[in-house]
Amino acid sequence: MKLWKNVAACILLSLVAGAALAAGDVGEVKKQSLNITAIVMFLIFVAATMGITYWAAQRTKTAKDFYAAGGGITGFQNGMAIAGDYMSAASFLGISGLVFINGYDGLIYSVGWLVGWPIIMFLIAEQLRNLGKYTYADVVSYRFQRVPMRTMAATGSLVVVVLYLIGQMVGAGKLIQVLFGLDYTYAVIIVGILIVLYVTLGGMLATTWVQIIKACLLLGGATIIAFGALYLASDGSFSLERMFQRAVEIKKSNDIMGPGKLVTNPVEAISLGLALMFGTAGLPHVLMRFFTVPNATEARKSVFYATGFIGYFYILTFLIGFGAIVLLTGHPEFADPSAVGGIRGGQNMAAVNLAAAVGGNLLLGFISAVAFATILAVVSGLTLAGASAISHDLYANVWAHGNVNEQKEVQVSKMATLALGVIAILLGIVFEKQNVAYLVGLTFSVAASANFPILIVSVFWSKMTTRGALLGGWLGLLSSTLFVVLGPTVWVDVLKNSAPIFPFKNPALFSMTIAFVGIWLGSITDNSENAKKERASFEAQDVRCQTGIGAEGAASH
Amino acid sequence: MQQDLVHAIKSNPKYHELISKRSRLAWILAIIMLVIYYGFVMIIAFNKQFLAQPLWEGATTTIGIPIGVGVILSAFVLTGIYVIRANSEFDRLTNEIKEEVL
Repeated sequence: MKLWKNVAACILLSLVAGAALAAGDVGEVKKQSLNITAIVMFLIFVAATMGITYWAAQRTKTAKDFYAAGGGITGFQNGMAIAGDYMSAASFLGISGLVFINGYDGLIYSVGWLVGWPIIMFLIAEQLRNLGKYTYADVVSYRFQRVPMRTMAATGSLVVVVLYLIGQMVGAGKLIQVLFGLDYTYAVIIVGILIVLYVTLGGMLATTWVQIIKACLLLGGATIIAFGALYLASDGSFSLERMFQRAVEIKKSNDIMGPGKLVTNPVEAISLGLALMFGTAGLPHVLMRFFTVPNATEARKSVFYATGFIGYFYILTFLIGFGAIVLLTGHPEFADPSAVGGIRGGQNMAAVNLAAAVGGNLLLGFISAVAFATILAVVSGLTLAGASAISHDLYANVWAHGNVNEQKEVQVSKMATLALGVIAILLGIVFEKQNVAYLVGLTFSVAASANFPILIVSVFWSKMTTRGALLGGWLGLLSSTLFVVLGPTVWVDVLKNSAPIFPFKNPALFSMTIAFVGIWLGSITDNSENAKKERASFEAQDVRCQTGIGAEGAASH
Repeated sequence: MQQDLVHAIKSNPKYHELISKRSRLAWILAIIMLVIYYGFVMIIAFNKQFLAQPLWEGATTTIGIPIGVGVILSAFVLTGIYVIRANSEFDRLTNEIKEEVL
């Protein structure tokens, strides 16, 4: 019943989007209408989300409202919102761009990003829901020493949030630059201001609905481009084979139809796989979403729906990438020989340019507005997760030792949001020239090595102690960060050194091993009184984790 | 959670049934997913040519396309299997335990 209500809401949203399309049409008459269409649609999105933010602000009073939307989000809604959080502009633009350039290789990334979800379902989601309150640090500090564990978990969260933010901000700036003709710097500043408004005023409730709307729009828009492109690229037959044939003719090589140079060495392949698969289970903004549902049953449903939406989305990005090869290459109106991939705006703009090829300026405007909305939604989720790490973990539990009133905590969270907004803007400007897809890959390495190991071990291994967790967690965080900095992506590409000190682009294989060995070694050698107490309290933790008895419930109001 | 409640739950046979059934299913499905995914990654790392073979004689579409899409579908199906069993059988067991001990 509820499901149909949600489906109806989605259809309604699409109709609103349709109305937006029609509204944009008025500007079509004039020749420079390209910008107007996009801007009008984007403004409609901003107006709608601001309305929701206002509505959410009325309902956001307690800390539980602010961090977890009162715990009253349904499984389907949360599944949509998770998909909204996860289907970032970096993956939409980045993967379709990767497919446009390398063909099949893009699919390898997609597959890796998706297979993290079943792992979350089987090993993390309900455990997290049953043990935590607002942040994943609640879970990893459940039976351990609060101050050092929270400090570490919050640091891990913030590093991941900041790395992920860079990719999103760069995507935002590039997109708006191509589309609105607006300066890159102004673009990232607009994004920064809007997300600070969403998060500080509407908290998790506003953020959740921004994600849901954006997920509907993005899935709808990507569906239109993907199948429109398939229709055109297959000469009207909807035949994949025909589209692939034409793509191969254009590229003059079969290489795009099989794995190519993205994964050249087995160590990189395994390491990338680990980072993608387990990194998802270490993303603080994704983990935080499990506290917005009332119980484990709804938490499981959310993962199931999210996996479906995200999987469908990745299949679409693959079609979009191939469609772009056929429909953009050799067409002078999309060409820019000086840009990466030879198209306007560079390889990451393949999907956006394809929208123009499929549906003219109208679809271009719509998709650009959707991509911009996507960035706003993902950045809001990230910012909220980062702000929660600062206010709930660092401020309330570490600095004030849990003796702090809720209002004050929420206030700190809002100030942290503002600070993160400023940081996001600055990072967006600094990292302008980087490839966004790789940046997201790096984020996953850190999440998989710093956050995931302590989370999973604290839930499943009775013998872990604070000392082991700290050793493993810090080592995972430091080693993954260090390997990234000393590796080819940063040391050579960013810092312009001639050779990398750490030879691999994907460090997860090494840094995850270091983290797990650190946890194990630090725990088994720990014979302190504290360690004995922590091992003894595993029993009670496990019973709560398995049954949900004693877990945080939904807000009663 | 109070110690006596923990003991009451732990001595309930349904609790053990729940734990053994759920962890069995969860780990089996997790391992299936790992095998499928790492099987795919290993083929990419060691035998790229396998994925680049045409799907049928003279085709441009390669074997790698349905395999890649298949991995995506398998993730969806596996989470579906878990959620169906967990939200019926495991939730029923959990509720029975709660009724008996609380």
